[in-house]
Amino acid sequence: MAEDQKPLAEPSSAAPRPAVVKPKAAPPPPMNPALVGKTTNVAAAALKKPIAKARAKTVDDTSPLMSRRGWLGLAWGSFTAATAGCLAATGRFMFPNVLNEPPQQFTVGFPADYGEGVDERWKDRFGVWIVRTPFDIVHEGPGFYALLVTCTHLGCTPNYLSAEAKFKCPCHGSGFRETGVNFEGPAPRPLERARIVLAEDGQILVDKSRKYQQELGQWLDPESFLNV
Amino acid sequence: MANPKTIQPEEGALVRAWNWLTETQVWTSVFRHTAPINDRNRVLVMLSNVFLHLHPVRLKKHGVRLRYTWCMGGMSFFLFLTLTFTGLLLMFYYRPTLEYAYSDIVGLREHVPLGIMRELHRWGAHAMVITVWLHMFRVFMTGSYKPPREFNWNIGVIMLVLTLLLSFTGYLLPWDQLAIWAITVGSNMARATPFLGYEGPGAQLLAIGDVQLIHAADDARFALLGGTFVGEGALLRFYVLHCVALPLVIGFLMAIHFWRVRKDGGISGPL
Repeated sequence: MAEDQKPLAEPSSAAPRPAVVKPKAAPPPPMNPALVGKTTNVAAAALKKPIAKARAKTVDDTSPLMSRRGWLGLAWGSFTAATAGCLAATGRFMFPNVLNEPPQQFTVGFPADYGEGVDERWKDRFGVWIVRTPFDIVHEGPGFYALLVTCTHLGCTPNYLSAEAKFKCPCHGSGFRETGVNFEGPAPRPLERARIVLAEDGQILVDKSRKYQQELGQWLDPESFLNV
Repeated sequence: MANPKTIQPEEGALVRAWNWLTETQVWTSVFRHTAPINDRNRVLVMLSNVFLHLHPVRLKKHGVRLRYTWCMGGMSFFLFLTLTFTGLLLMFYYRPTLEYAYSDIVGLREHVPLGIMRELHRWGAHAMVITVWLHMFRVFMTGSYKPPREFNWNIGVIMLVLTLLLSFTGYLLPWDQLAIWAITVGSNMARATPFLGYEGPGAQLLAIGDVQLIHAADDARFALLGGTFVGEGALLRFYVLHCVALPLVIGFLMAIHFWRVRKDGGISGPL
């Protein structure tokens, strides 16, 4: 076996060979009497054909293409990379490309469809109150604003109490005026308003992805109020 | 081992950090023994690890001979693990109702990243049926079902039936025409169950006076479908069987199966 593969092993095993041969060329003196026979045998064999012995050890580990260590490194490396890739893809799997959720941007009909006051027709479907006011203090004129139906305390949905002209949250009793400003209960800030503009066809367009907070002065933004 | 003449280099920061780490209470509480570099530690690895303790400490050389075992038992187990994992991921998107079942399956291909997840599950299921058959074929042809392994052969036969039932119940879940009519045909066989199917032999005998005890709305097929035809009840029933009941049972039997392999002398070898 060793003799057959000698030519193959010749070029690549040239470097490591001396390291393997050295200890056999100079065997340690036998200390333990029980090991004497064995040691001398090994020594004798090593003295007879030291080069062939060393080669027989190295040819098994040597290939003209790649060393055993290199191949194992490549194998484990690719296995690790493949596993990491699968795990990453699995993580991505948890984030779908399509959501079955209500749209963030929608039209809610023409301004003429609304009377004055709070309109609740889109509360369940889109999560907004459309309010028509005869005079807005900030924007100094009549118009519309869209209030989000999420309480600023802990995110429940308040009820509109028309008799008291206020929004009242059933969870912890927060109260808001029709403008959205909080005046009772634990809510720390006013309800948020959504972007409200006129669409090209003249309908009111509400965009919930743009929110305006009164305490940040964002209600001054022209798109937080629709002058009509 | 160490040559006393060798001069040890100064320990680097990495070595010192490693030494510190392996002496912490957290580390020593997880790893109760040092590396498996001798026979004693190799035994300890197998005995002190919940995942490995079913596995024998020593394997016979023929146990890893591919030409004899075909590794089909191992392949079946690997496919089972794959199917469990991919199936778990599919459950995040699939809803077993008439309204959503089919569109969720389509959505798994069209709307979700890694759209082959469902194909992995489907093809893996086909492959598992094949590997289980091949595993049994090998065991039969090598006579490995003979004593002392006859108990494990019987466990294996039950697991074959469970594999086929898993395949059958999973077949309905896409809720397309193929699924509905395949299960209609398949479950119609339950009508002919002796005594328990209303068209089966002996069912007519189970009557009190003129009142038949076994009829279309209380026989074996009804129990399977949760109705008299393949409808919403069947979809939900097959879903629960497919995702919970059958995997639990087959997982339990697999633990016994592997443990018995070890107790019966390891993987059977060439005679």
